[in-house]
Amino acid sequence: MSSSSVDDLVEAGSEYHAGFVTDVESETLPPGLDESVVRYISAQKNEPEWLTQWRLKAFAQWQEMREPNWAHVHYPPINFQDISYYSAPKSQTDGPRSLDEVDPELLRTYEKLGIPLHEQAALAGVVPDPAAIGTPAGANVAVDVVFDSVSIATTFKETLAEAGVIFCPISEAVHSHPELVQKYLGTVIPQRDNYYAALNSAVFSDGSFVYIPKGVRCPMELSTYFRINERNTGQFERTLIIADEGSHVSYLEGCTAPMRDENQLHAAVVELVALGDAQIKYSTVQNWYPGDENGKGGIYNFVTKRGLCAGPRAKISWTQVETGSAITWKYPSVVLRGDDSVGEFYSVALTNNRQQADTGTKMIHMGKNTKSTIVSKGISAGGSANCYRGLVRISPTAHNARNFTQCDSLLIGDQCAAHTFPYIENKNNSATIEHEASTSKVSDDQLFACQQRGIETEQAVSMIVNGFCKEVFRELPMEFAVEAGKLLEVSLEGAVG
Amino acid sequence: MSLLNVTDLHASVITDDGAQPILKGLTLNVRPGEVHAIMGPNGSGKSTLANVLAGRPGYTVDSGTATLTERGLLELEPFERAQLGLFLAFQYPVEIPGVSNMEFLKASIDSLARARGDEQPNTATYMKQVRELAASLDLDPAFLKRGVNEGFSGGEKKRNEIMQLLLLQPKLALLDETDSGLDIDALKVVAEGVNRYRSANNGVVLITHYQRLLDYIVPDFVHVLSNGKIIESGDKSLALELEAKGYAWLT
Ligand SMILES: Nc1ncnc2c1ncn2[C@@H]1O[C@H](COP(=O)(O)OP(=O)(O)OP(=O)(O)O)[C@@H](O)[C@H]1O
Ligand SMILES: [Mg+2]
Repeated sequence: MSSSSVDDLVEAGSEYHAGFVTDVESETLPPGLDESVVRYISAQKNEPEWLTQWRLKAFAQWQEMREPNWAHVHYPPINFQDISYYSAPKSQTDGPRSLDEVDPELLRTYEKLGIPLHEQAALAGVVPDPAAIGTPAGANVAVDVVFDSVSIATTFKETLAEAGVIFCPISEAVHSHPELVQKYLGTVIPQRDNYYAALNSAVFSDGSFVYIPKGVRCPMELSTYFRINERNTGQFERTLIIADEGSHVSYLEGCTAPMRDENQLHAAVVELVALGDAQIKYSTVQNWYPGDENGKGGIYNFVTKRGLCAGPRAKISWTQVETGSAITWKYPSVVLRGDDSVGEFYSVALTNNRQQADTGTKMIHMGKNTKSTIVSKGISAGGSANCYRGLVRISPTAHNARNFTQCDSLLIGDQCAAHTFPYIENKNNSATIEHEASTSKVSDDQLFACQQRGIETEQAVSMIVNGFCKEVFRELPMEFAVEAGKLLEVSLEGAVG
Repeated sequence: MSLLNVTDLHASVITDDGAQPILKGLTLNVRPGEVHAIMGPNGSGKSTLANVLAGRPGYTVDSGTATLTERGLLELEPFERAQLGLFLAFQYPVEIPGVSNMEFLKASIDSLARARGDEQPNTATYMKQVRELAASLDLDPAFLKRGVNEGFSGGEKKRNEIMQLLLLQPKLALLDETDSGLDIDALKVVAEGVNRYRSANNGVVLITHYQRLLDYIVPDFVHVLSNGKIIESGDKSLALELEAKGYAWLT
């Protein structure tokens, strides 16, 4: 009975459709990191003095810090002097231009990935090919595209401008809206927050900047698409989203990288600020190259994401579908400072082959009547390790705070592992904290029940896994939910022989 | 013409202590239009027969043959057997959380259509058909949106199996104790469903412990399975005799 029982299915060979390399001439800094590199990056972007100093301070702090080692992941020490900290396609060194002037080779890259850079194509709803899976293609989405260290195009700028929405590369915002950048940069995630945040603060290259004015409901989904192309480079993007009082925004993030035998570092920082009555919904489909079936190559995804509910009734919601990367180390968090503010975290993390993921969230309750919800779905296949780590902290000021956590693990085969580390720190006895956890397996019986109705093995596995993830997929914007389902299917290809 | 032909089948269950022979030379021939009831003591191998024919993991075939419409079954993958027209109504239907009945049945009906080279049924027509079937089996339409068997009562699970049978229209239905756990009204509903399915082109193998079911689904043959072999075959009157006398007089 060759490929019908779960045990038989846990064999190697998953497919990664976004693994090609774009042949463009790049301007890449030689590997190595010191003050001059930090100054070089700042100079490349013509930054004002305050920002150069801000970077240098972060760099000084980083040098004093140690790499964290508490996560449940294993990898050889990273030599930070072997990494190049800046790479830009040569044709783009003059900074972002209009879409018509973007290097056609780059446009073709995004076409292949299914990212509609032409606004017309985007409106028509481009049908994505398999390489596009995990990317925010689809109708009526404004896209900012980051290629290695620079942003190469932002679409729908004018439509957004009419609504007063600012959506542009952060390198541009530094010049066009310096007061906003200076006011908020590093306020949610201080430079010295952690080792990788400090590194990012020193060398961040590009990323997106969003500002939604008071009372405005952003007329379309915003999204950033990150692509690593150059060899031996790190990607250190920085995203800052500010939702002013009473505004709403939904933001999507997607990422891919070529297949390479070396590991590459991605250390991003994302800061969200929601003022009173504002709502930010941040969705990620992370499909960085995960390495081959033996664990060779792949992205180290060490990311700091945090949102601040700064005013009353603010709401921040993180939804993530994490299927890529060799190692993921990521805890999108919410600081609930405003009274009655709401934090949500919905996560699907899938690991296959040799992938390792240590991911979860932190909900820091400070305001009264604050409420948080955590739904985490971990799926482990192959010989992978998948770990949920979550902190719920109720401060003494957080009267009547409420948290609900549900943490489910699904195992495919018996070579993989799942761990959960829920931490609860409660300093206020009016709080209500609920925690539910489960671990289950895709059983031979479930698979057989599907097969007995004529459903082929791979489809059966992906249907069962999709069912397991339903509560999270429900939270994704429509087009993204469909993509996420397909991405799971592709990521599981290895697991189903 | 033979629909299902099983000849001298020997099969074992794989346990922690190695393979344990269960079927020890079983022969059974079902022609189109026939209903065969299989009765026999607990542990005699009835479910094993159904499982081995459907290709469930955990068993090995030691010798013998089994064909459906003259095509060898035993070397096929489970989904290929289903695509060939074999249907097993499970003794213990399994839950698939988060996968709605609608979605599951659509995946199933589409796979079977694809295998036949037919067009996939139109979604609206399909949904209408499923709703009607559910109603005919006294199943609340809300159940179609719920996860497959998720939180269903025992009786609902069994009725769900029969609904699938009627929707998928296989060539051969193996019903493993579809009657057990049903109250008398549900039993009638299920029996009525099976009778609706019966036709001159298909066949039914009905595994049951109770003569009562055979009052509603009248079999053409009744077989007694004991210790991995069919030890007695007859018509419906054999079931009545078994009810009166038990199995001991046969062994
Ligand atoms: N997975 C298994 N592991 C160990 N033994 C098994 C397994 N499956 C079946 N058996 C054994 O095989 C024998 C036949 O079981 P089977 O389920 O076919 O009986 P049955 O005739 O269907 O019984 P019942 O009337 O109780 O449903 C039993 O002794 C049973 O314990
Ligand atoms: Mg049985």
